[in-house]
Amino acid sequence: MTSQTESARAIEEATDGTYKYGFVTDIEAGSAPPGLNEDTVRFISAKKNEPEWLLEWRLRAFRLWEKSQDTEPGWAKVKYPDIDFQAACYYSAPKSREDAPQSLDEVDPELLKTYEKLGIPLREQEMLAGVAIDAVFDSVSVATTFKDKLGELGIIFCPISEAVQEHPELVKKYLGSVVPYSDNYYATLNSAVFTDGSFVYVPKGVRCPMELSTYFRINAANTGQFERTLIIADAGSYVSYLEGCTAPMRDENQLHAAVVELVVFDDAEIKYSTVQNWYPGDADGVGGIYNFVTKRGACRGKDSKISWTQVETGSAVTWKYPSCILQGDGSVGEFYSIAITNNMQQADTGTKMIHIGKNTKSRIVAKGIAAGRSDSTYRGLVRVQPGAEGARNHTQCDSLLIGPECGAHTVPYIESRNPSARLEHEATTSKISEDQLFYCRQRGIGEEDAVALIVNGFCREVLQELPMEFAVEAQKLVAISLEGSVG
Amino acid sequence: MPMLKISNLHVNVDDKAILNGIDLSIDAGEVHAIMGPNGSGKSTLSYVLAGRDGYTVTDGTIQFQGKDLLALEPEERACEGMFLAFQYPVEIPGVPSGTFLKTAVNAIRKYRGEKQYDAMEFLTLVKEKQAELGISPAMMRRALNVGFSGGEKKRNEVLQMALLEPRLAILDETDSGLDIDALKTVAEGVNKMRSPHRAMIVITHYQRLLEYIAPDRVHVLSQGKIAHSGGMELVETLESDGYAGLGIESVQAE
Ligand SMILES: Nc1ncnc2c1ncn2[C@@H]1O[C@H](COP(=O)(O)OP(=O)(O)OP(=O)(O)O)[C@@H](O)[C@H]1O
Ligand SMILES: [Mg+2]
Repeated sequence: MTSQTESARAIEEATDGTYKYGFVTDIEAGSAPPGLNEDTVRFISAKKNEPEWLLEWRLRAFRLWEKSQDTEPGWAKVKYPDIDFQAACYYSAPKSREDAPQSLDEVDPELLKTYEKLGIPLREQEMLAGVAIDAVFDSVSVATTFKDKLGELGIIFCPISEAVQEHPELVKKYLGSVVPYSDNYYATLNSAVFTDGSFVYVPKGVRCPMELSTYFRINAANTGQFERTLIIADAGSYVSYLEGCTAPMRDENQLHAAVVELVVFDDAEIKYSTVQNWYPGDADGVGGIYNFVTKRGACRGKDSKISWTQVETGSAVTWKYPSCILQGDGSVGEFYSIAITNNMQQADTGTKMIHIGKNTKSRIVAKGIAAGRSDSTYRGLVRVQPGAEGARNHTQCDSLLIGPECGAHTVPYIESRNPSARLEHEATTSKISEDQLFYCRQRGIGEEDAVALIVNGFCREVLQELPMEFAVEAQKLVAISLEGSVG
Repeated sequence: MPMLKISNLHVNVDDKAILNGIDLSIDAGEVHAIMGPNGSGKSTLSYVLAGRDGYTVTDGTIQFQGKDLLALEPEERACEGMFLAFQYPVEIPGVPSGTFLKTAVNAIRKYRGEKQYDAMEFLTLVKEKQAELGISPAMMRRALNVGFSGGEKKRNEVLQMALLEPRLAILDETDSGLDIDALKTVAEGVNKMRSPHRAMIVITHYQRLLEYIAPDRVHVLSQGKIAHSGGMELVETLESDGYAGLGIESVQAE
């Protein structure tokens, strides 16, 4: 079938064909029935009142995904049981207030202990734990003033579902332009069933005066397991975006497959920082989140820049490679990463730097810390295309092992098709030395605190890249993630 | 009751006997010097006191302020007031000296039930002590001991001692590698710390530091035992005649 007849069919199905699938009544219901088929996709799209082009795009993704059932990526060094996609539920309306915990007293005390250690204010604890809270909640009013201020500068910052309604031309132009729906198994799935996420557009020459954080996003709750984020920085603009938070987030969905796309034009810059702390499962790895994320940015303009910084401490299995396509001449890609695994966690993370334009530069600093029986892999690709005259990359991968049962692996791929490229790669693997631990303990610092101090030192180069407030929280998080890893 | 009482201490490292029956008693307010040829066991003794792994006490006891020292973890010993200025201070990449010090000071204050210092209070305190020891404030931002010169490392050890206010301070060759002016500054720093409530063990190879410090007792260690104990006259004999003057073989076994 040609793509034109395919889209014609999709449109027809979306408009007239709805009845024959008999889910008119379902639309009134809060949730889609479990399982994944075209009806599910239509249901989600209808619930969100999406234009036809988007439904059509989702359906194309869905059909591709269906055909590629057996091509779940197998190259990452992670192991997990097969996922039953038909058993999952792909859309559920936000929980009603009656179902939510009515106060913190009803929340898992373990979770509260962790919030306490992180020093999170009570109000935020309530929000994070999903407690039913009053409409006049601090952060809502904060978010509103925030939004007004951004509006004056022409910056758009809203849920992507809202952007689809209010700024369809921007969404249509850029959605899938960096991560096409055919990119990989999970990106395809995400394209078919994504429920929400963030949308940011920064107009020409505007420097966003504050860090944009998902924290302050209106309707931040229930973005769901298939989050979709799209950020566009027009020529000469700058924006720093923070995603996630250090507090462990509760979520009943085991599979998370987000897609993030960044587009940067001439002389513009996006700084994207992530702290990922989804539930890692218990000490035996039971119940943790599978986090399969596709993040990619395109430096389309000359001298444009993308900087990814990530602190990955959560999830049972993480599979994530924030990447940069360095198209514009003189564009710069950076990747700063801390991946901490403990107990039975597995992380396979890294980046891809694709040098296309002339004099493009990339820098990779990856710090992997493995404790317990966990396994951490850095997997990175640096590719220099024939036209990328004068490309430069510096890669530094350091692994730190805590205890005898964990593993750390470094898998760098380098493909250079231009002889003028200068690529440097350094890798180290170390253990926390007895000397260092003893020195700290001799100064009165207990063993766990000593490990946290040493690990924070090991990660310093990356922590420094985080916005100030985030960095302080991230340091505490490093300590908490490694609790019980020594002694 | 002495502050520190070591009785018949025997210690093995990797099944090799290193300390062979040490008896040593130190009162609060006293400063004892320990000398002895290379490999005689001086650092080993300091590590055993501080509780380092890998040192097996095969016989003997150590009492510290009435407690069984050997039953305590290294950090507990530190919190009880034991401080060791290392012969070879350890590098901790990425950890600013200031952060390390603040963590240490607050850990010990917490153990003692004292209020934690906030960043400002701590900074004021550090600045004052740094000035006394001739340490540049910029050092607090540098990673602990990383790229420090030999002398800077030693001065930093003394700074830590000054901030942690130990009951018993052991200085293992803190004078080695210091230039003449630095030696004087460090000696003054040590003298300032002398108090009726504090004892010190100063391990050194040289007369010069001891001249500044004027210890109450001098011990000479040989092959894991105290071969001589006395006053400054022992130091003078050593300076003029070497270990042979005390009838000690200074060539290492093996
Ligand atoms: N881990 C070890 N394994 C084997 N032998 C050791 C070990 N540590 C120390 N020793 C030995 O114990 C002896 C005493 O060493 P120690 O470091 O205590 O000497 P020292 O008196 O401090 O010497 P110096 O004046 O050179 O500092 C030496 O012979 C040394 O080789
Ligand atoms: Mg020694």
